[in-house]
Amino acid sequence: MKTVQKIGLSIFLSGLLVFVSLLFVGTYKLTPAHFEQVVQSKGIKSEVIISEFNNKIVGKSFSNSHAFSSALITALDQANATHKKKREWDKVIWSKPHSFAYDLIKSMEEGEVAQNKVLYWWLTFGLGILGSLLFILPNVILLGPPGIKNNGVWHSKATNRGWIGWMTFLFLVGFYILLYFYPNYIVNWVYLVDPISIKISGNPASQWFLYGFLYCVVMTVMAIRMYIKYRDNKYQILRTTSVLFFQIVFAFLIPEILVRFERPWYDFKNAFPLDYDFFFSWNLKQLISEGGFGLFILVWGIVLTLVIVPVMVYFFGKRWYCSWVCGCGGLAETLGDPYRHLSNKSVGAWKLERWMVHGVLVFALVMTGFTLYSYFSGASTVVGIKTQNLQDTYGFLIGSVFAGVIGTGFYPIFGNRVWCRFGCPLAAYLGIVQRFKSRFRITTNGGQCISCGNCSTYCEQGIDVRAYAQKGENIVRASCVGCGICSAVCPRGVLKLENGPEQGRINPTEILLGNDVDLIQLLNQK
Amino acid sequence: MQKKITPKSIVIIGNGISGITAARHIRKYSTHQITVISEEHPYFFSRTALMYVYMGHMKFEHTQPYESHFWKKNRITLKQGRVEMVNTKNKTLQFTNGEELVYDSLILATGSKPNKFGWKGQDAKGVMGLYHKQDLETLEHYAPNSNVCKRAVIVGGGLIGIELAEMLHSRHIPVTFLVRENSFWNGVLPERESEIINREIREKGIDLRLNTNLKEIITDENGQVRGIITAEDAEEIPCNLVGLTAGVSPNISFLAGSGIKTNRGVLVNRYLETNIPDIYAIGDCAEQQEPIGERRSIEAVWYTGRMMGETVAQTLCENPRTYNPGHWFNSAKFFDIEYQTYGWVGSVPKKEEARFYWEHPSEKKCIHINFDQKSRNFFGINTFGIRLRHPFFDRALQEGETVDYVLEHFADANFDPEFYPQYEQEIVNQFNREQNTQIQLKKKNWKRFFSNTP
Repeated sequence: MKTVQKIGLSIFLSGLLVFVSLLFVGTYKLTPAHFEQVVQSKGIKSEVIISEFNNKIVGKSFSNSHAFSSALITALDQANATHKKKREWDKVIWSKPHSFAYDLIKSMEEGEVAQNKVLYWWLTFGLGILGSLLFILPNVILLGPPGIKNNGVWHSKATNRGWIGWMTFLFLVGFYILLYFYPNYIVNWVYLVDPISIKISGNPASQWFLYGFLYCVVMTVMAIRMYIKYRDNKYQILRTTSVLFFQIVFAFLIPEILVRFERPWYDFKNAFPLDYDFFFSWNLKQLISEGGFGLFILVWGIVLTLVIVPVMVYFFGKRWYCSWVCGCGGLAETLGDPYRHLSNKSVGAWKLERWMVHGVLVFALVMTGFTLYSYFSGASTVVGIKTQNLQDTYGFLIGSVFAGVIGTGFYPIFGNRVWCRFGCPLAAYLGIVQRFKSRFRITTNGGQCISCGNCSTYCEQGIDVRAYAQKGENIVRASCVGCGICSAVCPRGVLKLENGPEQGRINPTEILLGNDVDLIQLLNQK
Repeated sequence: MQKKITPKSIVIIGNGISGITAARHIRKYSTHQITVISEEHPYFFSRTALMYVYMGHMKFEHTQPYESHFWKKNRITLKQGRVEMVNTKNKTLQFTNGEELVYDSLILATGSKPNKFGWKGQDAKGVMGLYHKQDLETLEHYAPNSNVCKRAVIVGGGLIGIELAEMLHSRHIPVTFLVRENSFWNGVLPERESEIINREIREKGIDLRLNTNLKEIITDENGQVRGIITAEDAEEIPCNLVGLTAGVSPNISFLAGSGIKTNRGVLVNRYLETNIPDIYAIGDCAEQQEPIGERRSIEAVWYTGRMMGETVAQTLCENPRTYNPGHWFNSAKFFDIEYQTYGWVGSVPKKEEARFYWEHPSEKKCIHINFDQKSRNFFGINTFGIRLRHPFFDRALQEGETVDYVLEHFADANFDPEFYPQYEQEIVNQFNREQNTQIQLKKKNWKRFFSNTP
């Protein structure tokens, strides 16, 4: 079985190696005909660009995407500088240079990978999936009978911030930086999933389709790992199935199918303010122009945030969203599960968390306020601040850097819920409801706690669960996403997630159950 | 407890759960000057969690329930050192390094030390107990993996012994487990529960030797363990590590000659006072002059230490209380089997007791209820693999409910995670069959449950 795992690991690593090496392969040659087409479709009016391209790029061959895109971007920058100087605003190309380069390269359909998409899919995704499964499945036998499987978690270099963890960190961060800011370098990756995209939505893939597809694949593979690791625990199995279902169906398939029917791409479970651009004017305009279906989405989005989310949190706690439905939570609970113990449990981190997560919520609300004001009044600035700038800042800092690069990239270093704990404005909102008006709590079982600390160690949200349990108090915390792992790892059966009456939910105790009845009453009822 | 209390200097020897609970509670109710002394480690850590450090579930820092700034913030002085002598006449502690410390009140919370029964070779290199943080370092040195440690022998079939077996098993080190009794922990567990654990131990690949005692530990030329010899058939078992886990006893040898009365432990009355005024003893090292109820006079249990800390803190804050532990409860984990108990289910039924036993077909889950044959009063329950709710049983015992009441409301008692299979109906059915009763299982009811919680 160990041998099977080793073979699996080497197959996975070969797949990964091919995947990474795709960044560096391919020859790029822009034909005059194709360039003509781009000029037409993009409506390029700048004669400077056309001549720069014709002189330096068209007909020449470049040996990798990096050289090719830097030539493109240099030409673009030069042309834009010239036009801006001359104040020829209609000739300036406003799209981001890297997106412009991405669109152009993608449309060329050039190079080894573009010609052999299916083959390369198998060499990357195929090998990756096969290898991971060969690595994961033998655990059914290797891990022994059902039970808690945390042996060696803090000894492994992959999960104790050792060198494997740091390598994983570099890879993930690099991936997100390329995905968000340099899509022109990952065109080959996008080619891989073109055939699948065409089957589902009828369109070639974008980098976001690649991301969505990869997300589903990673979650599925890692969900299988969850099923094996937590096979004694039905709560974990159902929860994992639920997040997987919502990711694949709601976040991936339905939006793509909507596109096939020429409807707007929409993820029905993605609630504002996590879905921060829901009220952006381009989205509102698109939805309204859609007619009935667009209006339905508009109303659904508002009802989801204002009614469904808080009502469900009242009955079940924020877990119904964060660890049963949400895509970010879904990745955290599958890919991120091996890193859950790396969250910071200190009081200082808790303080920072409250400032940051509520700060982001305020930021999101202010930005949305500005957006709606601009939308209805038509003014592009509010109190001297350009709405567009505010939106761009939010999108860059929160939407891309925080949620992606830090949120997922830092899994192997800071644990798997960095985004959910410190950055997600929806989590902040759900948390406020959960803390002050909810039936959810983690019940502490009287005086059974022995302060061992497994619960706190494995809390992905960095809640010091033990601090409550050893005092006999229930755990009612805004940040708790109800993953249920504290209850699972407790060796003494002390913790239970449950929904019950609000009365007695928060129960500060001076003396724990089991001691002198008079003493308990004397002190606890004061 | 807001009344004015004249501050005094309280010194606590021992920073385990008892001493630290006392310190925390004294601080809550008073401005006493508090000093906690420990030789082992400057900060409080959970001894019960040491096993998880070796197994790689946690790092040592995770076993510490309070961050280091906690102590300064709460004005609890931590002092690392070893007390050599207590001078009760001038209320002074003498440390091994010559330092002295004066106290107004002294709390002894020195815990236990592993038992050694004078076996030959018991102090050899590679022989260890599992109690102190230092034992973990010994283990890491002599048994880091199965290459260095080809086999380990554990002597003594209690909770610590099985924990040590689980630890070594997690690193794939073969283990021989010598148990004096004819079935694991059967002084406490009834036969069938004990049998489940025997099976669990063997299923994990542990070489469990029941009815087997240690004769001697044999060493190599460097004074390091190379094997043991059993008492019964003089079999030599080669090994690189010996774990002595045949129980613990109070760690009080430094009190000899101090005038503080001791038996096996420090003798205390119900106020946890020793024979010397202003000196108290709590936790594992304390011995009740008169046992309380069916409890043993020395209880080396986590939560009783905590409760004694809670109680002595009241007394020292001018609210004298007797130590009055409530209904017995406890829990443990034997490899993958969780065990909880509420009330008393002795290993052998007493004359007036009736028993009800249910076992799941997996043979890993069971419940065992003890009740009065005549009055049908509920005495206690053991459970394997099913979590039960402490407040439910505490109340049932407090209010003298019958076994029928307990089973009727068994759904209220369940504490397993959501979506877990429930066995209440099966259990009640079997009970009805065996006892000729017609108990109808009631649905879980939050209101009933919460309105009655003490």
